[in-house]
Amino acid sequence: MVQALHARRRIDRLGALLGVVAMVAATTLPFVVFKANRIASGEPRSLLAALPSAPLLLASVALLAVAAAFVRQARARLAAAVVGVLTVALALAWAADALTPAGNRLVRISPGAGCWLLLLAFALIATDALARLRPGPLARVGALALMAAAMWAAFAAGLFDQLSIMREYAVNASGFGRELRQHVLLALGSVGAATLVGLPLGITCHRVPRVRGAILQVLNLVQTIPSIALFGILMVPLGALATAVPLAADLGINGIGPAPAAVALFLYALLPVVANTVVGLGRVSPVAVDAARGMGLTSWQVLGEIELALALPVIITGIRIVLVQNIGLVTIAALIGGGGLGTYVFQGVGQTAIDLVLLGAIPTVALAFSAAVLLDALVDLTGRAAP
Amino acid sequence: MIEISSLSKVYAEATVVDEVSMVVAGGSITAIVGTSGSGKSTLLRMINRLVEPTRGRVVINGRDAATVPGHLLRREIGYAIQGHGLFPHRTVAENIATVPRLLGWQAARTRARVEELLRIFQLEPAEYGAKFPHQLSGGQQQRVGVARALAAEPRVLLMDEPFGALDPIIRGQAQDDLRDIQRRFGTTVVLVTHDIDEAFRLGDHVGVMSRGRLLQYDRPAMLLTHPADPFVSRLTGTADRALKLLSLTTAAQAMEPGAAAGDGPAVAATDSLRDVLAQLLWSGAAAATVRRPDGSAAGQVTLAGILARGRSD
Ligand SMILES: Nc1ncnc2c1ncn2[C@@H]1O[C@H](COP(=O)(O)OP(=O)(O)OP(=O)(O)O)[C@@H](O)[C@H]1O
Ligand SMILES: [Mg+2]
Repeated sequence: MVQALHARRRIDRLGALLGVVAMVAATTLPFVVFKANRIASGEPRSLLAALPSAPLLLASVALLAVAAAFVRQARARLAAAVVGVLTVALALAWAADALTPAGNRLVRISPGAGCWLLLLAFALIATDALARLRPGPLARVGALALMAAAMWAAFAAGLFDQLSIMREYAVNASGFGRELRQHVLLALGSVGAATLVGLPLGITCHRVPRVRGAILQVLNLVQTIPSIALFGILMVPLGALATAVPLAADLGINGIGPAPAAVALFLYALLPVVANTVVGLGRVSPVAVDAARGMGLTSWQVLGEIELALALPVIITGIRIVLVQNIGLVTIAALIGGGGLGTYVFQGVGQTAIDLVLLGAIPTVALAFSAAVLLDALVDLTGRAAP
Repeated sequence: MIEISSLSKVYAEATVVDEVSMVVAGGSITAIVGTSGSGKSTLLRMINRLVEPTRGRVVINGRDAATVPGHLLRREIGYAIQGHGLFPHRTVAENIATVPRLLGWQAARTRARVEELLRIFQLEPAEYGAKFPHQLSGGQQQRVGVARALAAEPRVLLMDEPFGALDPIIRGQAQDDLRDIQRRFGTTVVLVTHDIDEAFRLGDHVGVMSRGRLLQYDRPAMLLTHPADPFVSRLTGTADRALKLLSLTTAAQAMEPGAAAGDGPAVAATDSLRDVLAQLLWSGAAAATVRRPDGSAAGQVTLAGILARGRSD
């Protein structure tokens, strides 16, 4: 009984489970999928079949899995998980190199289910360790920068050039930068505009309770319209505007293209910004506001130095929500010619080329993840003095 | 000096403050008491125009308050409230420096003043200046609140139930501190409370409010001996008013020549007659010796003398 209790305390249950998942993924599932050319059907290849150094790799995965189950110290677990992710990534690059005959530009190698599952397992162990370590905001931003630098170095060195997704990138290299910029511009622009409009709107709602219900209800209604439908609805009036006012058309305002996308994204971003501004201002201590007025702050000073300053963490939380949301939604804007990384997603869907889909999807996820980390850090920094 | 004449505040139908007139002498403490909703806070907030009067006039040190822009007026008047209202995102030092900063004081002067005030309120500047309000105890927060109100050396200080949230022991300490500081700086204080004992303990004058009207405004003893209204005697309490009266009088005021017999207790000149009476009852003596700080006898207070002062006339 005592021994059983002892053993249970020594084994980390989540770590043990993820370790088992990693081992199963490494030994039984296909590590990569091999295609003779882009449209050929894929042949799964296990780790053993794909890599000459596979036994060594399997041994290190096993070692890391055991570490995940038995090492209790969060720092060591994080290190093990990071080593795991790097090992899998390198194994993928090596497997692609090993399976591609020299000079062959037709062969396509993409990650298989085993590879994805391994990455997922180690990423979850890392997340779990990070959650226990509770790093401060600056440490988190530092870790993000480190990750970005490692990625950039890997791409610059051409580490993954033999992978199918990088082959798709090579084909689209000329337009990729433009779509990426368009994507970021649409997401940041719509959130920026929503902040500029939403902040005063939120302040008005806070100051004038009579209009609060009406404004929030209208914005709630907008939020419930599905994004595709909203893009569609906006195409009509903007198209009409473009035909009626040639100047608008010259400025790029049109029924299709970036304009309706930007407007729709802006409308989606508005409710969370306004709602969080209202909630944030509502939580400011009325006694502090009374004291501020009583000491002779002007009403603008009370708003800026006390109310907004204290509501800032909640307001930035709202901006974080919409920024992450809109980075994802911009993908759909490609459907109406809005551009952005969604272009590759829909082209890929059309050509049933999963790697082209990933070329759009993976950078989108990376962007959303980075935005979340950065703005979460900002929330922590602005709210550090609050109890 | 604050001269309030025919001051009224009307909201929609309700008259919340009704034709109040009073003169607060410079360098004194005036306590306003009354039941909840009687208009005390509204009256106080019309002095610094946090609430704009509907009718009437407030003249502060010879200047009509209505002739100054509200926020500039408020920078000259200290303001401390229940629950202290410290800014949670600013340090203790930054909180205290609020009005000096608004007035554009130089940094060195502000820093010196902040440190002076922290010392006066028994908070070591090096230790407490950089703390945030939530890191302080309730009593410390309240002291910082009063320090902040006094930062720019205002000649007038308005306080709305400043000690309402404190436990009895810390509250007594805070009241003593306020008395000391008010004497030291000669500040004119108007303090709102619904604690009649606090009003009697601190107020040179006490105003009693009910339903927006100022029923009586007088020295505390007069409220006890000559209540202008049944409400005033109800509020001050008829059962123990003799004892309240005694607590308003010091041993020095009732001192007679001579020294008490050997078994009489020793008291200080500043002790209240209420405390002296308690000591006499406890020791069974008929007289107490009033001793100077150096221990020599200044005179005596007799039981008969005390009893004579507890009577209604
Ligand atoms: N802005 C306002 N609009 C309408 N009525 C108000 C307003 N402010 C105060 N009142 C009313 O005026 C009356 C007096 O309020 P006030 O705050 O001056 O009372 P008080 O004596 O300070 O009470 P308490 O001891 O509870 O603080 C109350 O009935 C209150 O409801
Ligand atoms: Mg009040």
